[in-house]
Amino acid sequence: MTVDRAYLAGGRIGEARAALAALNARIMALFEAAGAMRVEPTALHAADALLDVYGEDLRGRAFTVEEPDGRELFLRPDFTVPVLQLHLAARAAPARYAYLGPVWRRQAAGSARPTEYLQAGIEVYGEDPAEADADVFALTLRALTEGGVPAPEIVTGDLGLIIALLDAVPMAQARRAALRRHFWRPRRFHALLERYAAAPLAPTPVRAALLAASAEPARVAAMAEAAGALVGARGVEEIAARAAALAADAAEPPLAREHAALLDAALAVEAPAADAHAALADMAAAGGCAIGPALDRFARRLDALTARGVDAARLPFRAATARNLEYYDGFVFEMTAPDRPDLPPLAGGGRYDGIATALGAAAPEPAVGAIVRPEALMAATC
Amino acid sequence: MLKLGLPSKGRLQEQAVETLAAVGVTVGLAGREYAATAAGIEGVEPVLIAAGEAPRALAEGDVHLAVTGEDLILERVADPRRVRVLKRLGFGHADLVVAVPAAWVDVETLHDLDEAAAAFRLRHGRPMRVATKYHRLARRFFAEAGVADYRLVDSQGATEAGPKNLTAELIVDITSSGETLRANHLKPLADGLILASEAVLAVSRAAEWSSVARLALNDLGARMGFNAADAGL
Repeated sequence: MTVDRAYLAGGRIGEARAALAALNARIMALFEAAGAMRVEPTALHAADALLDVYGEDLRGRAFTVEEPDGRELFLRPDFTVPVLQLHLAARAAPARYAYLGPVWRRQAAGSARPTEYLQAGIEVYGEDPAEADADVFALTLRALTEGGVPAPEIVTGDLGLIIALLDAVPMAQARRAALRRHFWRPRRFHALLERYAAAPLAPTPVRAALLAASAEPARVAAMAEAAGALVGARGVEEIAARAAALAADAAEPPLAREHAALLDAALAVEAPAADAHAALADMAAAGGCAIGPALDRFARRLDALTARGVDAARLPFRAATARNLEYYDGFVFEMTAPDRPDLPPLAGGGRYDGIATALGAAAPEPAVGAIVRPEALMAATC
Repeated sequence: MLKLGLPSKGRLQEQAVETLAAVGVTVGLAGREYAATAAGIEGVEPVLIAAGEAPRALAEGDVHLAVTGEDLILERVADPRRVRVLKRLGFGHADLVVAVPAAWVDVETLHDLDEAAAAFRLRHGRPMRVATKYHRLARRFFAEAGVADYRLVDSQGATEAGPKNLTAELIVDITSSGETLRANHLKPLADGLILASEAVLAVSRAAEWSSVARLALNDLGARMGFNAADAGL
């Protein structure tokens, strides 16, 4: 019905609308009081930048509209990229931004999830990571508390720790790069890990011939030519380069089973934050993997959270939290209404230092942000 | 009346008409008009529709039943609750495959393709382009296989020529014998079979089902060997 909105019957008119508007205003006032500048990104976005960050899968999740000339535009599926683009254009650093507005998500036929809902968010760029993480977390928690959900269920994680572990495990750089590239696709990541740890497969005849020829690009080129005319933009030198990479990989020893198991075990850690920190430190040490700086960042974040009145040591920690959301690469958290499985998380956020480079920036940009779903928050208090 | 969508032309139409004739339903095709008649059965009105239009006609409830390709049903019916496959018909076989240039001697599997795609993006500053009209099926297949760094490019015809015309690096398309792929210097990937498709009889759950239409459905089911209850009407 056109008077309804996500999670709220009749939320677009009368008292229900006024109550939601008041809640939105409180959340935005909280963010602005924390030094955030209000921004209003556009709803429509050129396809290229978003596809660069999210990949082709985005088309299954976001609505598109077409310009008269056929160019494709996306209705923003979230604010992260739009706000970062505003920030990169404004060249202000450090900076804090707050925003409020609808996002649009394509849902599977028959899904009860909303295709349009509000997000109220804050993004912090370029500040000390531990302090900024703690600020964003504490502000988000306050937004829920003051919005009428005093004790949300919380889960936290730290994808930066897993990435640090991946960087510390001994393996060829090409394999590490492949695992990093697929970090946010858990199944593919695991399949790669298995492939690298297993004895190499017997090569197909074509592969055997290619490996034999790999040291001489001219021989690879001759093989390619004999197989068929080269069509498309991928050139023969790319085929030769991959043949060389395949030969290099074939010469690699298998990834040590204990290291593959270490990554799996680290991803499975689930404990109160202080215990998780200790467990991960023990695991890394036992595996001979130095991840001191990442552990320090974790500890400093817990201190910063404690300083803001959060019972940080006992925060539930699950290492793989939000791993299926591409781009998070550090602290992550989600806050849910207790006993309301009908509602999505009321809030969530995390650190995504790496996105700026995906958007073409020269260097990573320290960035952490979070969103509150005001409609779900209001529904949770009804 | 039960509206039965039949392919509007070609080999698929001939085979659909033969299949019906084998169970005593004689379809009369009136020359160039998109109208047809059915004899030998009560309450069935054949309607000729382009194969590509059948999924939409089923989903909208414009026809009760239709003979069309399984590939088209899976690609074009957004809400699987509205359309069900009642029977696979054993003709119109075609494989939906991922095909790359045959000269790519280093790419035999999806794993190879994914690695090549990563290197391609670094070198060219853009993702590999995949020409296809099967957007939904291709996207789902690549997501499940963990292939990243590609971009779909819409191609509604002569898809195999995409790489040769430099509008794509690879394709996702239907092939029956592999002839057209070879002629366009392409080869299917060893694990790149997305769907082994064939012609199917599909039912619309969105259509208005009169008692006459239901009786005709039961009659067709008894003759063709499908369970009319599978329609879940």
